[in-house]
Amino acid sequence: MNLFLGLLLIIPLTGFLISLLIPKSNEKLLSLAAFGPVGFHFLLSLSFVGVWLFNGMETFNIKEFVIYSSEGYEFFIDLYFDKITAVYLLVGSLLTFLITIYSRYYMHREEGYKRFFNTLLFFYLGYNITIFSGNFETLFIGWEILGVSSFLLIAFYRDRYLPVKNAMKVFSVYRVGDIGLILAMWLSHHLWHENITFFELNNHDNVSLHLHEHSWIGLFTSLLILLAAMAKSAQFPFSFWLPRAMEGPTPSSAIFYSSLSVHIGVFILLRTFPFWEHQTIVRVIVIILGLVTAILASSMARVQSSVKAQVAYSSVSQIGIIFIEVAFGFETLALIHFAGNAFLRTYQLLVSPSVVTYLIREQFYNFQPREITNQSHFRQKISNTIYLMSLKEWSLDSLVFYYLWAPVKRAGNVLRFITPKIAWSVFAPLFVIGSILLFYQEEIPSTLRQILPIFFAFVGLILSLKSFVKRHDARFSWLLIFQNHLWIALAITFNAHFSYWDMVLFLSGVILSAIVGYFVLNWLGKKESNMDLNRFQGHSYEYKKTAFIFLLACLGMAGFPITPTFVGEDLIFSHIEVHQVLLLAFVALSFIINGLALIRLYARIFMGPHIKTDHPISGRSA
Amino acid sequence: MQASKGFDEHHLLHLLKHYLPAQAPLKDFVHHNTLHEFQDQKFHEGLANASKMLGYRVYLSLNEYENLYKKGKINTTILKRSIEKFKGKSEVDNVMPKLFQCTRNQQVNKRIGVLRSHWKDQYHFDLNGRVHVNIFRILNSFLDQGVALWQFPVHGMSLLEAVRSLDKNSYAGFFRTDRGRVLLHDDKTTIKELLKILVGDETLYEQYVFDQQFEHPGWSGLVAVIEDQPHTLLDHRKISLHELILLELIFEIDTLDHRFGSKWKPLSHTLKERPLGIFESLDRTELDDLYAIWQDAYEWTYYDEVLKGLSTKRELPKITDRKTFQAAFCIDDREISLREYIENLDPNCETFGTPGHFGIDTYYQPQNGKFHTKICPLPVQPKHIICEISTDSKHKKDIHFNKRAHGLVGGWIIAQTLGFWSAFKLFVNIFRPTISPASASSFRHMDQFSELTVENKNPKDKQDGLQIGYSIPEMVDRVETVLRSIGLVENFAPLVYIIGHGASSTNNTHFAAYDCGACSGRPGSVNARVFSTMANHLQVRSALKERGIAIPETTTFVGGLHDTTCDDFHFYDLGSLSEEQKKFHEKNLSTFSRALDLNAKERSRRFDLINTKKDAAVVHKKVQLRSVSLFEPRPEYNHATNTLCIVGRRSLTQKLCLDRRSFLNSYNYEIDPTGKYLGGILNAAAPVCGGINLEYYFSRVDNHKLGAGSKLPHNVMGLIGVANGIEGDLRPGLPLQMIEIHDPMRLLMIVEHKPEVVLNTIQKVAATYEWFKHEWVHLIVIDPETELMYQFVDEIFVRYEINLAALTSVDNYGQLIESTSENLPVFTLKNQLV
Repeated sequence: MNLFLGLLLIIPLTGFLISLLIPKSNEKLLSLAAFGPVGFHFLLSLSFVGVWLFNGMETFNIKEFVIYSSEGYEFFIDLYFDKITAVYLLVGSLLTFLITIYSRYYMHREEGYKRFFNTLLFFYLGYNITIFSGNFETLFIGWEILGVSSFLLIAFYRDRYLPVKNAMKVFSVYRVGDIGLILAMWLSHHLWHENITFFELNNHDNVSLHLHEHSWIGLFTSLLILLAAMAKSAQFPFSFWLPRAMEGPTPSSAIFYSSLSVHIGVFILLRTFPFWEHQTIVRVIVIILGLVTAILASSMARVQSSVKAQVAYSSVSQIGIIFIEVAFGFETLALIHFAGNAFLRTYQLLVSPSVVTYLIREQFYNFQPREITNQSHFRQKISNTIYLMSLKEWSLDSLVFYYLWAPVKRAGNVLRFITPKIAWSVFAPLFVIGSILLFYQEEIPSTLRQILPIFFAFVGLILSLKSFVKRHDARFSWLLIFQNHLWIALAITFNAHFSYWDMVLFLSGVILSAIVGYFVLNWLGKKESNMDLNRFQGHSYEYKKTAFIFLLACLGMAGFPITPTFVGEDLIFSHIEVHQVLLLAFVALSFIINGLALIRLYARIFMGPHIKTDHPISGRSA
Repeated sequence: MQASKGFDEHHLLHLLKHYLPAQAPLKDFVHHNTLHEFQDQKFHEGLANASKMLGYRVYLSLNEYENLYKKGKINTTILKRSIEKFKGKSEVDNVMPKLFQCTRNQQVNKRIGVLRSHWKDQYHFDLNGRVHVNIFRILNSFLDQGVALWQFPVHGMSLLEAVRSLDKNSYAGFFRTDRGRVLLHDDKTTIKELLKILVGDETLYEQYVFDQQFEHPGWSGLVAVIEDQPHTLLDHRKISLHELILLELIFEIDTLDHRFGSKWKPLSHTLKERPLGIFESLDRTELDDLYAIWQDAYEWTYYDEVLKGLSTKRELPKITDRKTFQAAFCIDDREISLREYIENLDPNCETFGTPGHFGIDTYYQPQNGKFHTKICPLPVQPKHIICEISTDSKHKKDIHFNKRAHGLVGGWIIAQTLGFWSAFKLFVNIFRPTISPASASSFRHMDQFSELTVENKNPKDKQDGLQIGYSIPEMVDRVETVLRSIGLVENFAPLVYIIGHGASSTNNTHFAAYDCGACSGRPGSVNARVFSTMANHLQVRSALKERGIAIPETTTFVGGLHDTTCDDFHFYDLGSLSEEQKKFHEKNLSTFSRALDLNAKERSRRFDLINTKKDAAVVHKKVQLRSVSLFEPRPEYNHATNTLCIVGRRSLTQKLCLDRRSFLNSYNYEIDPTGKYLGGILNAAAPVCGGINLEYYFSRVDNHKLGAGSKLPHNVMGLIGVANGIEGDLRPGLPLQMIEIHDPMRLLMIVEHKPEVVLNTIQKVAATYEWFKHEWVHLIVIDPETELMYQFVDEIFVRYEINLAALTSVDNYGQLIESTSENLPVFTLKNQLV
């Protein structure tokens, strides 16, 4: 069984890697590289689940291997298999299998055929890692892959404005989910003093013992997990992202945004249910959130006159109900509901172009002119208000923007005074001084020693904010993010015992990515004089390979699980104590903002309508 | 647009409507010249202006032309000829090298949008992003034809009245500032007043509104169309462009107020430099000429080949007086190959081409239908209606389109039950596609066993003010016109098939574009059947005899429908055939069946995913599957290969491979020496074929701005249009999947008659003449007596000299179509096709 579990992850990984190597003109081979592994995966899943059912549905927990360990810290890959995984596995592999076959014909001749299947397989890899994960660390790897591949799928038509804009919007919501998960991981480190596996959460006595000792940590951890689930499953107030994700080719929207991706939030709730099961307050909050979402989303679905948005909001409202089901502990019902909802919405979205034929015919044969209804003025006014609010999507989009991103932008704009000159003449020497202080830690008064990490992290945050709002110089922006990492490393080194190897682990990926990214920007800057970040440049039209390399550099820089920095980031958090709220806030915020700044940098330079008009360019609203 | 004059709202609206896209809602999709607004200028001049003003790309890129040249698709001699035409003989050597060095600067710098972009430049604020989402939502909800479960609460009012009423009668308004609300509810608010707040300088008003509306040409164009043709929405709406502009301007003011409070000024106050007006100094540049030269040479290289083909002597089959059958098809370019196969399989038959409404100018109302629909060319205003009666066909329902699935409780139940059924259905549909309620099938347009009210016995029988059916004299006129125009006035075979055409597809929003253009985007089955019924009517026959067309008693007209996607035939009213005719028909059926197989095989060479080398019947099955597959964005390629329209006898084109690239209109000049019927043909063919051709042309050269882009991410909006994602503008024009194999060339109309007769004929109707005069359609006349060719240039006919020395020689046609998916050269068909 152990072997099979691993195989179920290795197959999509292999498929993905192979698909990267196939030349893009070879459609046949590309689609084979997709539906071959996915089909095999599907069959294997079927037989695996069959055998598993036959053997009495035993729950598995397999500690695969340790990636990194240092004093009091271990980062390991852990796999888990139970009823929840089984359902998610079957639904996911069946739908993905059908969609790969569907897309083989549907995507035929489309520019980006290869990119589509690459991203699809990458997504599928992330999905499988997520559902098989046995601890938060493994889950987070899958989670990050889902985030990035979602961004790439939504922005599949990268030469148009709206897909790129909406992909960034969705990514920024996902980022909120990321922070939820990271902080949940951080808190649970401190709660358990180890990297807890989901399997251990089933140990009721152990869980209640810890919760009893640190009830508020337990509460916060649960709420952070809930935040991650809400963001990923488009629950209130994040519901607006789901319809906006419907920018890619219909099959990818169908399978990912109306079915698989959006149900991952439910998965996390199911997975961590033993942890918050006995925290009544959390269950009540989940129920309330689910209810609010279900009601709001279904009102929004009712007023939608565009087909895909209608399906999206219908799906969200059902997920709201699934949240309630989970909170009530109806696990089986929630799983059935998930499967049914996923299948139904995928199908509805796939046949969405047909509504024109079908509903026009309906209208032609069954049309009834509307009658004027007699309602009391007050009732009419109430119903109009609900209609209007639903049409405006209850202003959720601007609400989230107003409370989350506008403050960041404002803060960034305050930093207008930081020019490259200041950055070099003030921050660089400051950093050198900081680094020197490192060697004289013992001689620094302890109060100062406690403040210094916070100060360093704050400087890091400022640089990262600056990078986020930077409008012109891409290279400067890039270096700011690099500096941020250095400052964070400095702060943590001051804060706690951070070994040499820990440091190398954290910075290795960053330094490598920074060099590659800088080289790309420099090279491109020489070829294309215009690298203004004020508008989209769309350079991937001409520089497809460069765009890919730069994307890798951005991912490495953002601590994506392709470099050791990924582990390093987790390590950094584990070196922040529970009471160090300010330090935590600065580090976490810069982590979030770095990710956003990097994806923005990539999008502005390589995506959007091409700046050169010597070929057809799409309009802004196209 | 003249800067010096004061602002005139009426003038602005008129001008805007002229330039906005004119595509009707999806169900009424009919091809038209995308840049119809520039048709009052010469083709190349109009294109250059369109590009400068509105930022469209109007030609292929220079690199593409160069590649075509390298591939031999542009001939050197003809290229020189083109340079001579545009620049004069002395310039040939000078210009020639420029054509190849010109990859440098092909940037399009447009006028549109420059003025309004100052909001973004000066305030770093994305006004469009905030305003569009509101405007699109309101428009879509207001116009929605049945997607939303909860319709716009106010109905029966115009857009502005409805928005006002809803805003007033609710606790949540549309606007966020007081000024917005006040402006909305003050019915004295004018566009001019709002522009004063936003722009300030009166001379910039028109330009500002142009900029604003061309940020979302899809919605604006549709609003303008619905304003002028409210009947195009079955559920009528009152809306006008004026209201849209007013509302959008209020939204802009509201948004700016909300964002900047009192800290913003009218646009003109902060404008450092006045941008160039949209219509100002559109001087012709050298680059314009280079494009025009390349395009001209590209077109004439192909035309020259065609003309060489037409003038090449071919061995034509002997004409017998005893025909097995005659069959009239639509002039549609999709019918040409099928006709060739039929003629090859049965050398004693005869086929004709005529516009697919077969002269039947009427509305049609199917049984239980709540509306009637036009089934003749769009410009025609019918006075008749044909109703379908005595059928009890039911339409299948599909619960997946049930709206309850979007509700809260309904969704809860449906997701857990039907959800699993969806997975099963999807599985089945992917591995074995079948026709479903979601498909658009041409055969569903009219029930095969229904009756039609063809004859009108009492002129007072009316429905919706239209006469039900035709009187005998009306029938005679229509039958005579068609028969004379195609030259079928004697030697009638026992069976004369009148075959309309339609298309079937699944999951296709643009289904109407696949049907017959001459029937306003509907299948031609009703027309074919009505025409046959008329021609079989005894009183009609005797009246025709008096007019010199004697149809023997042993002849019966049979209506039919050709489904061009799945290559299928249906016939109507076969019960009225005599026993002998039934036998003939049986025999013909096998001819048709084989011809359809072969036609499907020939079509399949364009579909990369089908192996053309397989047996015709096998390939045919695969082709049929395409039409019912959910995942097939290209059920057929429609008019993608259209380039020619040939009006003349069949002998002109017989035994010549034109590769499904020509509209074929049968016409015999001998029967029509004065050009009376020719006028009718050209008045229809120029706008219909020219419109199709130019819509393909522009969608191909700028698929982003003049086409609909890839259809894969399309999202249906209110059943009236498609947009990308949920926030995009509507996308008129043709999707990428329809035009990808199209060679963008203008239509070449070839007419077989005396040049003076043709000139006289085309000059009679100004609208038709404009097409030729401004060269949006090329015209060549072949004098049937001298066999000389004349080209229509600058309003006169001049001799055309063929450049090509010899046609490509092809020995085995079957092998050729199996070996390439590219356009075929013109060549004579030596052996039988089959």
